[in-house]
Amino acid sequence: MQKGQKTGTELEAGQTARQPSADETQWVERLLEPALKKSPERQEVFTTLSGVPVERLYTPSDLADFDYARDLGEPGEYPFTRGIHRTMYRGKVWTMRQFSGFGSPEDTNQRLHYLLKQGQTGLSIAFDLPTLMGYDSDHALAEGEVGKCGVSVSSLADMETLLAGLPLEQVTTSMTINSPAAIIWAMYLVAAEKSGADLKKISGTTQNDILKEYIAQKEYIFPPKPSMRLVADTIVYATKEVPRWNPISISGYHIREAGSTAVQELAFTLRDGIEYVEWVTRTGMKVDDFAPRLSFFFNAHNDLFEEVAKYRAARRIWARVMRELFGAKDARSWLCRFHTQTAGCSLTAQQPYNNVVRTTLQALAAVMGGTQSLHTNSLDEAWALPTEEAVTLALRTQQVIAHESGVTNTIDPLAGSYFVENLTNRTERACYDYFGRINALGGMVAAIEKGFPQKEIHNAAYAYQQAIESKKAIIVGVNDFVTEEDRPITLLVIDESVARHQRHKLEQLKKQRDGGRVEATLASLASAAATDVNLMPYILECVRAYATVGEMCDVLRRVFGTYEEPAFR
Amino acid sequence: MDRRIRVLVAKPGLDGHDRGAKIVARALRDAGMEVIYTGLRQTPEMIVTAALQEDVDVVGVSILSGAHRTIIPRICELLRGNGLDDVVVVVGGIVPDEDIPILKQAGIAEVFQPGVSTQQIVDFIRSHVRTVTSGR
Repeated sequence: MQKGQKTGTELEAGQTARQPSADETQWVERLLEPALKKSPERQEVFTTLSGVPVERLYTPSDLADFDYARDLGEPGEYPFTRGIHRTMYRGKVWTMRQFSGFGSPEDTNQRLHYLLKQGQTGLSIAFDLPTLMGYDSDHALAEGEVGKCGVSVSSLADMETLLAGLPLEQVTTSMTINSPAAIIWAMYLVAAEKSGADLKKISGTTQNDILKEYIAQKEYIFPPKPSMRLVADTIVYATKEVPRWNPISISGYHIREAGSTAVQELAFTLRDGIEYVEWVTRTGMKVDDFAPRLSFFFNAHNDLFEEVAKYRAARRIWARVMRELFGAKDARSWLCRFHTQTAGCSLTAQQPYNNVVRTTLQALAAVMGGTQSLHTNSLDEAWALPTEEAVTLALRTQQVIAHESGVTNTIDPLAGSYFVENLTNRTERACYDYFGRINALGGMVAAIEKGFPQKEIHNAAYAYQQAIESKKAIIVGVNDFVTEEDRPITLLVIDESVARHQRHKLEQLKKQRDGGRVEATLASLASAAATDVNLMPYILECVRAYATVGEMCDVLRRVFGTYEEPAFR
Repeated sequence: MDRRIRVLVAKPGLDGHDRGAKIVARALRDAGMEVIYTGLRQTPEMIVTAALQEDVDVVGVSILSGAHRTIIPRICELLRGNGLDDVVVVVGGIVPDEDIPILKQAGIAEVFQPGVSTQQIVDFIRSHVRTVTSGR
């Protein structure tokens, strides 16, 4: 950050000590206190799910400093607290985008077509662990893992099968891929082009958020610096060649799933965002050239009001960061556009039908918080990847909210609530606190190397586990309202025939492709990786030659090295 | 004199989800056990080598990726092959009910599915491990 620019901690929301009104003070003394003596409240202290204190009542006194224009503004206007678009869901309902992937590319292609037919409006692809970790389906470490957590993609041929028949110019595709994102994205681009799509028209998102891998999801391959280089390369390439693509989805979902609080999810995500903007501007790009295509990804957990406050605070903070800290001039650079997924970690193995209820409340929070895109988990989340029936019900959940609940009729319906505005303000302040702490550690990469966010997350996760075990936190069906026998549900089973099928295809591919061309393109990639040129063109050449994910990642592993996280003590 | 129970908490395969493994490791430490956490992406061979080197009483395997039907039997086979028949092997993570008999047949003592408390795990280990030093 340049000298003279405001640091995160200086971007403070207004803050004054609460002054209750005379009426309220009277009410407390004359009416409340006697009532409490007769009938005490259920708990000493009430908190949000994340442990933030929640008062009995919120009144105008909690918003003494409230300034509509400064704190909220109109939707689609700075600081975007109320939403990033002028008409929000009255103009267009959020994209219904179910994260999907299992087995072979053929299996997943079928599921994607099915979901489009059921009314989903965006595609989202889950890859299996070998693909995520840069191994082909025939690698020794892929044993037992092929197709289990997502779709197996080892080559352009797999990608072409995966996308067969999908209207890539009409529908957007999100791909949850991180360490090998540049490679998988290159496969998508080549497959799209071969199917006749115009790369200037197609749109979608690659998750490509390596910082949160070190912090939470742990699907890292290479060390931080070359990983950040790859991310920067994709962002620069997208800006020039695939202008409607969102080359990164800066994520808090996984941070929350790892056990963080809502504030930690927000703060670590946005601070990761700041780190990416710094890295990309160091390549020479101007912030307004690429910032409009940054996107975000948040969790939607159980505490509805805490989540709504989080999304509203996110928009306000990011707008301030982009305009005040980075001096972005283009209003599109100020927007915190985000996808949301309901909280997988909140769903239970016991009484799985309760999960439909949890997912509904969480989806409602995301919608009332103004999300652009939404995935709802299936009831079998704690057991397996979703069956067709389970994912259909999850999609219907969104459709019922969109078409039957009425919450889409007006923008930011909870605005003006004393509670929600107060909580939004407190969330914003707590976020700046974390920015300060991370800045003091030397920035996000340095903080990660020191284990700071990881430790915060683990401590929050442990505290939550203790709260559950001491029954301070109730999980229905798990530590209270338990039933002896559960009604069994049918689970999706993925067997080893997928691995055999994928390995066979890989064998055939290696016989049919031009081995010389593969070798040459891989060698060029290796040389380029050792310099600081943009790697995308080299990766695309390898992809066109049908080099595999594993082959390309092996080249990069040799040049960049691999990463191991500090020991957990 | 009873020595402290030694537990290896292991993350096999490619799965990087370690929230549960770290919570269990810490809970076991808080309960007075000595815990060695292997870190991520261990092969069965690496896990068994660690079990040998650390002279553990228990190997706790955390796996959420669906690869348990391949990985767990392999770990048990290697433990037996290395003379570690007495080591109690427990599994935590995402394992459907149908797979539990298969894993128990392969040699594991118990599967801890989502919703189990750390106290249950502590109690299980304490009741299944002999700690008298002369016994080993």
